[in-house]
Amino acid sequence: MAEFSSVGKNVPRVDVFEKVTGSAIYADDRQFGAGLYYGRLVRSPYAHALIKKIDVSKALEVPGVKAVVTGKDFPGRIGLYLVDRPIFAADRVRYVGDPVAGVVAVSEEIAEEAARLVEVEYEELPAVFDPLEAIKPDAPLLHPDLGSYKVAPFIHPVPGTNISEHFKLRRGDVESAWSQCAAIVEEEFRLPQIQHVPIETHVAVAIWEPSGEVTLWTSSQSPFAQRDLIAQSLGIPHGNLRVISPYVGGGFGGKAGVSIEVYAVAMARAVMGHPVKLRMTREEEFVGTTVRQSLVAHVKVGCDADGNLLAMEVSYYFGGGAYNDYGVNIARAAGYSCTGPYYIPNVKGDSYCVYTNQPIGSAMRGFGMPEIHWGLEQAMDQLAEKIGMDPVEFRRRNCVKTGQIIATGMTMPNVDLVACIDKVAKAVNWGKKEPPSAPHKKRGKGLAIMWKAPAMPPNPGSSAIVRFNEDATVNVEIGAQELGQGAFTVAAQIAAEALGVPYDWVRVSAPIDTKYSPYEWQTVASRITWSMGNAVKAAAEDAKRQILELVAEHWDEDPEDLDIKDGKVISYKSERELSLKGLVVYGLPNEDFEGWKGGPIVGRGKFMPTYVTSLDPETGQGTRAVVHYTVGAQAVDLEVDTETGQVEIIKIASAYDVGKAINPDLVLTQIEGGAVHGMSSTFEALKFDEKGRPLNPSFVDYRIATAADIPKEIHGDIVETPLEDGPWGARGIGEHVMVQTAPAIANAIYNAIGVRFNELPLSAEKIFMAMREKEE
Amino acid sequence: MGMHSITVTVNGEKEYLEVPSHMTLLQMLREKLAITGPKNGCSAGECGACTVLLDGEPVNSCMVLAVEVDGHEVVTVEGLAKEGQLTPLQQAFIEHNAVQCGFCTPGMLISAEALLKRNPHPTEEEIKEALVGNLCRCTGYIRIIRAVQTAAEKGGA
Ligand code: FES
Ligand code: FES
Repeated sequence: MAEFSSVGKNVPRVDVFEKVTGSAIYADDRQFGAGLYYGRLVRSPYAHALIKKIDVSKALEVPGVKAVVTGKDFPGRIGLYLVDRPIFAADRVRYVGDPVAGVVAVSEEIAEEAARLVEVEYEELPAVFDPLEAIKPDAPLLHPDLGSYKVAPFIHPVPGTNISEHFKLRRGDVESAWSQCAAIVEEEFRLPQIQHVPIETHVAVAIWEPSGEVTLWTSSQSPFAQRDLIAQSLGIPHGNLRVISPYVGGGFGGKAGVSIEVYAVAMARAVMGHPVKLRMTREEEFVGTTVRQSLVAHVKVGCDADGNLLAMEVSYYFGGGAYNDYGVNIARAAGYSCTGPYYIPNVKGDSYCVYTNQPIGSAMRGFGMPEIHWGLEQAMDQLAEKIGMDPVEFRRRNCVKTGQIIATGMTMPNVDLVACIDKVAKAVNWGKKEPPSAPHKKRGKGLAIMWKAPAMPPNPGSSAIVRFNEDATVNVEIGAQELGQGAFTVAAQIAAEALGVPYDWVRVSAPIDTKYSPYEWQTVASRITWSMGNAVKAAAEDAKRQILELVAEHWDEDPEDLDIKDGKVISYKSERELSLKGLVVYGLPNEDFEGWKGGPIVGRGKFMPTYVTSLDPETGQGTRAVVHYTVGAQAVDLEVDTETGQVEIIKIASAYDVGKAINPDLVLTQIEGGAVHGMSSTFEALKFDEKGRPLNPSFVDYRIATAADIPKEIHGDIVETPLEDGPWGARGIGEHVMVQTAPAIANAIYNAIGVRFNELPLSAEKIFMAMREKEE
Repeated sequence: MGMHSITVTVNGEKEYLEVPSHMTLLQMLREKLAITGPKNGCSAGECGACTVLLDGEPVNSCMVLAVEVDGHEVVTVEGLAKEGQLTPLQQAFIEHNAVQCGFCTPGMLISAEALLKRNPHPTEEEIKEALVGNLCRCTGYIRIIRAVQTAAEKGGA
């Protein structure tokens, strides 16, 4: 297709009018009237303890309390990849905040008051917070029953330990390669748990009808996965559980899988016929939903005298928190992508997900990649320095290229990482020493590159339906969610393009409702533009084919000679044209109205990758580990104030290979927002006392970037190397945009002041102290 | 838990309400009037998602009691556009793609509206300062700042 009409255009977002007028509906906005009850969770004050007794009698006496539920009422477990999470903790709590009971009352205040009156008797157990401590043989065991949990076939827990997943990658011979290396870098890197911090906290409302039908309204990236997991764990037939998910007020992975939704459904069962609303406070959002996992990374990497990477040995220990039902797949993703975006002939990689007595580690934007790139991208800089090579040149030489056999044995699909590197290097005048803005400041530049594959089961599916209205406007039905990333807009653009109708004829059917919306696995993994996009394109093409066949019959022409342009069927042969209006619903009359043909046009489409193979459990080798990779580069130009340690970012430049930008300006908004998110995350950490109690679960104590903190300039470049099976070549971009920001900043700080930081978070104080130490 | 009768003008409409003493303005708007544009991001005056105009001044409505607005005038994001005609700020937010998830947007628009009323030609620093209490996790703020600049160039809020 030579000319695009909608794809590749900066059309306005489909959701934007609603969002600027306050009429966009989020999960907390729906009005449920006087019958609405409120739920409140009773959470553990201990990081690790046995539950001896729960007494709910005092809570039940509070006027306005309707029910109190505990683990006794819900014996099942829930989980996506590893079914390790009880609905409510019944015999043991594993982090401060672990829910042990749920109180339902007529108001939030009463529910909260009654929740304080639930009496739980605990027997405290030794707790463990550091993944390296937790893997020791004498460490307290969080899940003695690990061996009996249901688990996905590609996840490998080690029963009898705290290791919920161990992924091994073996390629070549690392041991003999070290002797050929001219330079080797070996370092340990660490980072703490952080939180997604969507501005909208989790909220779920559930009603359990006496008929057995259950409806859940929730702010969710995963309405279908939630239906599946909650149905399984509570024994509800899938057809009786309806999940409705309106606009999501920020997800970043935190609203993927299942977190608090199952509690709302469980509480609703106790008060049949009444909707129950469970809304997280900001404090609960920080430590009682899910968080990004912590990581300890051992990285050893070596190259020859010409700067060719020869060997890498890495061990990743993810601090997965109390339940690793989703986190196991983060460790797996970090395992098969353990090299970062580099071609290395000899690799030994071990990636572990480890239970710790901390909040639940789960999906967050980047899914293991920001964590491993923090160390990798600093080690690469150190290695380049050791052999005296420019970091840009070092990366151009070693970065992964199309057609190479990467560490898992898979052939690298189409990407152009070198183009990304060159664009960001140019954007910050790489190689040009520029003066600081004041004598007490030091200026530096740094660069980092990344890769990330969608991390998911081999066969996550998407589906779509395209329906016409009488005036030939179109409803596109999808199950993918709008989190702000622009999924609905992209769906509308793709449908318009593939049908041949103007963009503003297309509506996206929302909210996502598992009863009416076609199936979508989850809105995660930056897979939607690609996977949902393929499904929408297929549905639109199906509808178009039906229309062309109808009109071809009507005109007595060959459908091959017809096309749809700008909402009209045209014939390249006879040059006839016919508006879609009317015919897409009513069909067309035969000659002299001797009967009719056609009828309402409904197009259907699906997409599911069919080519991902399993990997050998001992070596991680297989034909195709993942569907594809998205790659990118970031460069940072910054100043460090030597009097305060304050970092001031002058410019962040990013470039990503998105295959084909369906909406280039929306790609740029992802790139910009991601750069600031990545910058902010460099300075973020959840803090705990020695008993595992959270110290900073509020906006005052856990600071995220404000308008005053942003870089002076945020630059974005788009590279377009078409993906073989993407819609017009498109691949995802939502998560990649913050993967390498922290190490790019760290590399620039090193360039400015000559100090390396192996542990996140950074802070002005830490940088100031390190500078002082260096001077002494 | 005493109840109070109050009279308050919300988006130009006079409302007569019975509110309990501890009810916040945010709860009153969302639960009593079903005006759900103002969002709850923290209930603690720290995120700005609940920002509304109280007698023309931006306030965090989660930090104001409903009884305090008796006799006063409140404007929420729903009150900005008149008869479907978007304000220059709303138009600029659309033009610059200054909206992603949209959860911060109602508060952002109100804070920016108040800024432009007070200071029709703010510098970039002044815009950042005015928006520092409105957290956004999606956009990186850059488009929001540009949108406010555009609205200012086009002659105010
Ligand atoms: S909800 Fe009012 S400031 Fe956050
Ligand atoms: S657009 Fe999502 S928080 Fe601002």
